[in-house]
Amino acid sequence: MENKELRKELQVSAIENGSVIDHIPADSVFQVIKILGLESADNQILFGTNLDSQKYGKKGIIKISNKFFAPEEINKIALVAPQATLIVIRDYKVTEKKQVEVPDEILKIVKCFNPNCITNHEQIQTRFELVSKTEIKLHCYYCEKITAKDNIVFV
Amino acid sequence: MKKRSLVSINDYTKEEQLRILDLAEEFEQQPTQKILQDYVVATLFFEPSTRTRLSFESAVSRLGGKIVGFSEASSSSVSKGESLKDTILTVSNYSDLIVMRHPKEGSARFASEVATVPIINAGDGANQHPTQCLLDLYSIRKTQGKLDDLDIVFVGDLKYGRTVHSDVMALVNFNVRFHFVSPPELKLPSSVKKYIKDKNLEYYQYTDLNEAIPKGDIIYMTRIQRERFSDPIEYEKVKNAYILKNNMLKHSKENVKVLHPLPRVNEISLDVDDNPKAYYFQQALNGVYVRQALVASILGVK
Repeated sequence: MENKELRKELQVSAIENGSVIDHIPADSVFQVIKILGLESADNQILFGTNLDSQKYGKKGIIKISNKFFAPEEINKIALVAPQATLIVIRDYKVTEKKQVEVPDEILKIVKCFNPNCITNHEQIQTRFELVSKTEIKLHCYYCEKITAKDNIVFV
Repeated sequence: MKKRSLVSINDYTKEEQLRILDLAEEFEQQPTQKILQDYVVATLFFEPSTRTRLSFESAVSRLGGKIVGFSEASSSSVSKGESLKDTILTVSNYSDLIVMRHPKEGSARFASEVATVPIINAGDGANQHPTQCLLDLYSIRKTQGKLDDLDIVFVGDLKYGRTVHSDVMALVNFNVRFHFVSPPELKLPSSVKKYIKDKNLEYYQYTDLNEAIPKGDIIYMTRIQRERFSDPIEYEKVKNAYILKNNMLKHSKENVKVLHPLPRVNEISLDVDDNPKAYYFQQALNGVYVRQALVASILGVK
């Protein structure tokens, strides 16, 4: 039993210094990697997905060495991983743990749902204001239409 | 308001909107004033519009300003594939103010970000048409003597009509009661109703025009377009139900005025035109004064 537990914990190895993003929905891991721009990062990155989770059934986890996120940076992932936890590791120890929060303004990452919006026709970075935190409704700064959670597509 | 763009009616506060209306009254008294002789105004119409473009050009001309621009995208570099950003940056070099109509929603907001001169939105797709809204406010105030404590009836396509949306957004700043008459398919969207609810104002919804007519101080008619209906049979069912005929005004209030943003197709019968309660052509004239006020105000000469 103890062995099995141990093996589970080591499915994604520990890091010495850096950030761990835990409780990512299993199907959003690659999206989170993309949103955070980790594809082009030089840091050592370990990740796992479809891992067993007592809370969520299946989950994903990402560990990034020597990377510490500013709140506005990490909060960008809240749209795809609202339950995610950010854990800061220093010298193999957890020094900070916090939940991500959906930011009030969402820049660049979401496509406007309105096909007639100018952002879908010219090279313009999208910009939304969060109008409802509970059900995630994004108000386009340009066309003033609402993109609801179910219609969110990432750029 | 000097140097400030007008993209959405909410860009201006209630006080700023009222200031434009007061200034428009001055221009109605004296429409020809040579105060814009040193200014060039660009009118960029990426889609055609008779009334809005001509009333802007008339407004600027009466003030002595010069106009450059185009009246459809095919006669501009857009037809060569130029981006909106490049067009706006270029025209910024040639003018002191840009008046723009564009078929895409959000285009005016984007233009106001890249331009080095102020932008007036003359309609961006189905989104906003703030100068129509200001001239509607002007027409309501002029005919009723006030903007508070009025009953306003909106009729027709309340779902897609950008004018109705802008008007509602502006009128919630005043103590008005709203009466919305439309087929169920074209009801006012909840995103617009929210503005009314946020201010705790009264609103009523109808499908029968006759029921709402006696209630209004203003009856604001709009056109119902065939292409808004996915089922043509549904259109046939409602197309005649929202036509205002002269005899229907028999039970209307004495002070009522009928407004319409124009162009009209058949939603107001021609026999209404001679009724003193018809106001839509004067409304279009008011558009010139309001646009004079806006242009003069943004250019800082008034």
